[in-house]
Amino acid sequence: MSESGTQAEQPAYEALGLTESEYELICEKLGREPNDVELAMFSLLWSEHCAYKHSRKLLRRLPTEGERVVMGPGENAGAVDVGGGWAVAFKVESHNHPSAVEPFQGAATGVGGILRDVFALGARPIALLDSLRFGEMDSERSRYLLDGAVRGIGHYGNSIGVPTVGGEIYFEAPYEHNCLVNAMCVGLAKREEMVRAAAAGIGNAVVLIGASTGRDGIGGASVLASAELGDGDDAKRPTVQIGDPFEESKLLECCLELLERKLLISLQDLGAAGLTSSAGEMASAGGVGIDLDVERVPLREPGMEPFEIMVSESQERMLAIVEPERVGEVLALCEKWQTGAAEVGAVTDSGRIRVLRGAEVLGDMPVEALVDGCPLYDLEPAEPESWIYGNRRELPAEAGVEESLLALLASPNVASKRWAFEQYDSIVGSRTVRRPESADAAVLALPEADTAIAVSIDGNGRRVACDPHRGTIEAVLECAQNLACVGAEPLGLTNCLNFGNPERRAPAWQLDRAVAGLAEACEALGVPVVGGNVSLYNEGPDGPIYPTPVVGLVGELPDPTRTASGFFARAGDAIALLGPFTPSLAGSELAKQRGELKAGLREVDVEAVRVAIEAVREAVRNGAVVSAHDVSDGGLACALAESAIVGGVGCRVDLAPLTEARGLSPEEALFGEGPGGFVLSGDPAALESLADDGVSVLLFGRVGGERLEIAADDESLSIPLADAARAWRSLGERFEPRV
Amino acid sequence: MLWGVVQFPGSCDERDALRACSLLGEARLVWHEDRDLSGIDAVVIPGGFSYGDYLRGGAIARFSPVMEAVARFAAAGGPVLGICNGFQVLCEAGLLPGALLRNEELRFVCRQADLIPEGEANGHFATENVGQTTTRTLSIPVKHGEGRFYAPQEALDEIESRGQVAYRYAPGQNPNGSARDIAGVRNEIGNVLGLMPHPEHAVDPLTGSTDGLRIFEAVAGAREGGP
Repeated sequence: MSESGTQAEQPAYEALGLTESEYELICEKLGREPNDVELAMFSLLWSEHCAYKHSRKLLRRLPTEGERVVMGPGENAGAVDVGGGWAVAFKVESHNHPSAVEPFQGAATGVGGILRDVFALGARPIALLDSLRFGEMDSERSRYLLDGAVRGIGHYGNSIGVPTVGGEIYFEAPYEHNCLVNAMCVGLAKREEMVRAAAAGIGNAVVLIGASTGRDGIGGASVLASAELGDGDDAKRPTVQIGDPFEESKLLECCLELLERKLLISLQDLGAAGLTSSAGEMASAGGVGIDLDVERVPLREPGMEPFEIMVSESQERMLAIVEPERVGEVLALCEKWQTGAAEVGAVTDSGRIRVLRGAEVLGDMPVEALVDGCPLYDLEPAEPESWIYGNRRELPAEAGVEESLLALLASPNVASKRWAFEQYDSIVGSRTVRRPESADAAVLALPEADTAIAVSIDGNGRRVACDPHRGTIEAVLECAQNLACVGAEPLGLTNCLNFGNPERRAPAWQLDRAVAGLAEACEALGVPVVGGNVSLYNEGPDGPIYPTPVVGLVGELPDPTRTASGFFARAGDAIALLGPFTPSLAGSELAKQRGELKAGLREVDVEAVRVAIEAVREAVRNGAVVSAHDVSDGGLACALAESAIVGGVGCRVDLAPLTEARGLSPEEALFGEGPGGFVLSGDPAALESLADDGVSVLLFGRVGGERLEIAADDESLSIPLADAARAWRSLGERFEPRV
Repeated sequence: MLWGVVQFPGSCDERDALRACSLLGEARLVWHEDRDLSGIDAVVIPGGFSYGDYLRGGAIARFSPVMEAVARFAAAGGPVLGICNGFQVLCEAGLLPGALLRNEELRFVCRQADLIPEGEANGHFATENVGQTTTRTLSIPVKHGEGRFYAPQEALDEIESRGQVAYRYAPGQNPNGSARDIAGVRNEIGNVLGLMPHPEHAVDPLTGSTDGLRIFEAVAGAREGGP
């Protein structure tokens, strides 16, 4: 941002991020100029982060309906029915800019925020996942950000007792200045105890529950998330919120008990823009007004200005609507949990948000203007003429296949992320059937609903950068493939759209094409989008980040005892490739390492992939396969290596059937990437019987031995499994060299 | 047999412990402000971050009202099992020797570990390997940031000579730099046991191993064979 220093002439609204025409519109809606309190509130609710002013029109394209949808977009989180009177709520949200400024607290409060979104519905959080992006690992800044973010996620998730069961991490230069920290939370709720976030009942009390309100995070999420990062970001550190997982743990238990006792009419978390947005959104959703008295808000420090109280982003706070005669009971239960609570206002029939200090009126705005009045903008997309990102050669083009495989396995994008996920409690709650790395998706048992769910989060920004439309379709397919590997059928999708500055043409084009791809893939798979988040203005001095739509899927599997693992288990088992997988080097990890990235991805046959996904899901459910692993980063050779390394047993594979059937070069077959490929192992007859109309199954190898032996026409490699494992497990060592 | 599982604000694994105990008998939660343990046959202090643990693991929880009752219960010979944060609380309360420091690598660690039980001939908590020459290891997960068992050398010698080491990490599996690979210790009488690994997360083949049940069974045995 460039406003620092020289803004003597700059009007206040501009310093707060509003345009002149937006300011005029506010004056028109108020019938006068806003005072300071009102201007502060408008500037936050009309920020990109709160108003989605550059994305809302696009998001209307996404399919949101489905038989199993209990709550869709617009609520604190989406939710799907899992039977037996139970629902699973979930959402992914970004905390990118705070994490780029202060990674530990940025990531920690990202986790805290998404947890509150889920328990605001009355759902007990049962799992967390994270999708992280950093610059290349040889950058000291990237290692600092990675270390801080991983510690922050662990600090919050571990302390509050919600398992972190999955996630992904990619390292790419365009994220060097603007890392991405997306956190997803999954919760379980009794359908009848779920609440919506709409204020209702004129005369009902507004009760603020949880931590006291301080000056931390004034304009944090909304200011940081609605403009580009740049020089002087260190000065923004005070706008990053500070997390307190213990406070949230008490708040969580307290809110769930309040809801179980049916003491609340509705509940909403305080996130970006604090009291302003939660009161505004609750009033808007309920079609009512709310009066708030800043004098009754418990403060962390004296002398806070009314506008600071209204926009503070202090963490671990919730806003509840309570019938007046129940307020006493609510306060008593909060006392039991040693969490703060104060009646701070009332629901009115005015249709206005009024900010009071005792009897004095400090602000008075129509809810409609404040919450829904922000103008929505059309993008002006234009496809860039060429590859707008850089290239860096790390692997010579003439490297042999063995050298290439070891380089790919050791690449931080492909390598095992054990270093990170061992810092997370992945088992608290006693539901985790498949822990990180043991399968392609995490599996959680839901004994109370007599079923199980699988969850995965995916999104390869580099491939989306090559082709935003096809790359986004691939991200959804990849996530669905991960679910299929454990026998799960997708019920609903959440997404976080991380993009650059939408006011520039190239990022606008990326966003437009990505949303089109997301809609297309969801429609093809029959999966509704039940919620999500948009994070724009993710740019550094060198330009935008890779466009990064992150998708999270929740799927159902009826019998958690029948989930395949992702690794080879029995010597002598046959190995097969199932699916229409037709890989190419475009956008691949190998192309990146060779410095050969350029625009364009191979076309995707979504229907053929869908059929393959269903075939694998059924095969896993029927116990027809021992292992199932989808082919993604680093291609087939890396997928085979991963199944072998984790299983501790080698394999011998001949890719000739694949090169012949799909007309591939050895290199494409070994290291090419693309959707629609599954590596299966098991009884050869059982694998062969999976072939069907439209489902291709190529038997091409055997499990056994202590080497990785892969032949592809005139190329072949033979590597001791231990060497492959050493390369693949090298991430932590590279991070913390052993002495 | 009725198990009481203590719940502090900030406890994380109390529901898991409750579930594990209920596989072996009746079980109920005991609120941290409760001083009444009547009817309870064995107490479990579960894992988590009691009162946030911002000062030091268990440093505040030891002053809670329920811990007065637990101390009396233990003094009367009642079996007490402290898991992870519960182990820290018992050390802070002086009911077990030693202390738990931050992991050697200064990072939280969550992974499966093999434990070697050490019994003593007359011991409460002596597991099935007493009197046998082969020792069966138990596969049980650890997950903690402050789990490095520490005591001065002389104290460690004393702990060993009195047979107070209950579990050691199998060779090469010490996840946190604990002195002498110690994963769990018991008090001198043998009715109070603390360990960093989480037996309550090893009671169901679906989510891992069932080896943790042996530790709960040993605690139950301490009741039956106890004073």
